[in-house]
Amino acid sequence: MIEVKDLHKAFGEVKAVDGVSFTAHDGEITGLLGPNGAGKTTTLRMLYTLMAPDSGQVLVDGIDAAVDPVAVRRVLGVLPDARGLYKRLTARENIEYFAQLHGVETTLMHQRREKLADALEMRDILDRRTEGFSQGQRVKTAIARALVHDPKNVILDEPTNGLDVMSTRSMRAFLKSMKTEGRCVLFSSHIMQEVAALCDRIVVIAHGRVVADEAPEALRAQTGETNLEDAFVKLIGSAEGLAA
Amino acid sequence: MKSSLVVFLKEVRENLRDRRTVINTFVTGPLIAPLIFVLAFQFGINSMLEKAEKPLPVSVIGAANAPDLIASLRQLGMDVKPAIANPEAAVRAQDVNVVMRVPADYGKAWKTGEPAQVELIYDASQRDSDQAADRLRDMLKTVSGRTASLRLLARGLSPALIQPIAVADRDQSTPQSRAGIMFSMLPYFFIIGIFIGGMALAIDTTAGERERQSLEPLFANPVPRWQILLGKLGATSVFAMATVLLSIIAFSIAGHFLPNDKLGMKLDIGVRFTILTMVVMLPLGVLLACLQTLVAAFAKSYREAQTYLSLLMFVPAIPTFVLAFLPYKAQAWMYAVPVMGQQTAILRLLRGDPVSAANILLCVGCTTLGALIVWAVTERIYRSERLAISA
Repeated sequence: MIEVKDLHKAFGEVKAVDGVSFTAHDGEITGLLGPNGAGKTTTLRMLYTLMAPDSGQVLVDGIDAAVDPVAVRRVLGVLPDARGLYKRLTARENIEYFAQLHGVETTLMHQRREKLADALEMRDILDRRTEGFSQGQRVKTAIARALVHDPKNVILDEPTNGLDVMSTRSMRAFLKSMKTEGRCVLFSSHIMQEVAALCDRIVVIAHGRVVADEAPEALRAQTGETNLEDAFVKLIGSAEGLAA
Repeated sequence: MKSSLVVFLKEVRENLRDRRTVINTFVTGPLIAPLIFVLAFQFGINSMLEKAEKPLPVSVIGAANAPDLIASLRQLGMDVKPAIANPEAAVRAQDVNVVMRVPADYGKAWKTGEPAQVELIYDASQRDSDQAADRLRDMLKTVSGRTASLRLLARGLSPALIQPIAVADRDQSTPQSRAGIMFSMLPYFFIIGIFIGGMALAIDTTAGERERQSLEPLFANPVPRWQILLGKLGATSVFAMATVLLSIIAFSIAGHFLPNDKLGMKLDIGVRFTILTMVVMLPLGVLLACLQTLVAAFAKSYREAQTYLSLLMFVPAIPTFVLAFLPYKAQAWMYAVPVMGQQTAILRLLRGDPVSAANILLCVGCTTLGALIVWAVTERIYRSERLAISA
């Protein structure tokens, strides 16, 4: 479970995150929806302790990120906005590097890697060096290395960004399977249909603030719009930076 | 600590797969300096030695005025060339190195016992001309001295009368110490080795990793950043020291290709030299690896980092040039200054001079302290939020 309480973060004059609070529960998919530049990535970066908030609190499984950031990272699986791989290492070596950094013991690491390779349908690319990988192959490898320590909580920053239709479909299926495994899945997106189709709970962010935090149906009811797209536009104030 | 080892092994493996890094660390870095050295020495010294042994060609004007003198000079190694029309212009144009002119009244002065004049026409600003004139002057002094002795003997006097002071040279240099002067640049090449060997990794582990966008996912692992940094610096230092070691080996081999017998000096790079050099260089390797990583951390891209680090390479050259051109006596405080300490210790080892254990300890200790300070600064930078964020 990830609890976010009144996060603030400013870069100079710019208030990137200006009071964000929400809770992502286990066994649910929580979507962080907002236009480009709304503060989604900055919020997520504070969750996985890459940045420290100016004020506010992050709790992951009850652990305070400000008090013990290493313990927080131990229970998190993260697919950041930056998903660079080591191009002179194979996909397998990339995954094993992160497993070792998590202290996963060798036999368990092999089991998990095989399971992930099947789930992500990447068995054919495991022993290739990642230089020259397609966007889809890169994302698969990055997700596998983020989940190889079997984290209870999973944070993904725009996981379908740059993927083709087929890869996007299998990504969505993968997110759902993580939910049925009882994990807490939190992902950000600026694509409304994706969020609507997947999420149990939608947190809408605009200008660094949460403007709505509801189940999809409730969101429709709250805004009085039957169409989700119209509901989002009404919440955010403009259609700028959103994609259907 | 286990995480640092994981990072270290991954960096070593990844960089061993990069052909450019491998060539720089294990081939170009260690080899370029000894190659330049051997070539420079072969050409420089051989031409110097050849000149000393070859007959000296001299154009003589008025040779007929002093047949005896010319005969004596020929015995001493002068190669008499025919007279030329405009000697001053020919010397200035570097057509000939030196011209000797014997005036018409030479014979008359010689017979009456007056100083008989000969003129040397040369250009002191031209090295070749100046050296030729020096050699000819020496020959003339020899003939002059011989004649003076004969004249005194003919009058029943001892030639010792005109030599009130006798100078005897007692040169205290040893073959090693003479080699030391020639090789005073050598420590700099070893220090450059650290730079070349560590550069690729220092950039790759900071600016490179950020440019490839892999730093952010790396920092999402439950490993404190200082442990990640420690592993990366370890890999950088190992590559740097590998270059230094190979460089020393390359120099010890290059030493065999120098004309030692002609020089009367030898380059003695043995096991003791290698071990002690590695000991004093090790903390410097760590210090420079930290410094390179620190500088690379400020760069926005791989290319920018390369530019900064290339400039950084000139910094250790400063004490080298100071020591090479101002022959200061080695003093204890010099061992305490990183780079200068290594420079002094290696130079003395190379010359076969004693370096006390206390001096080595001072050098290693102070450089280690410097490395710790630079490490502390680098670790601070590594903790900053901005470091991980690409673009």
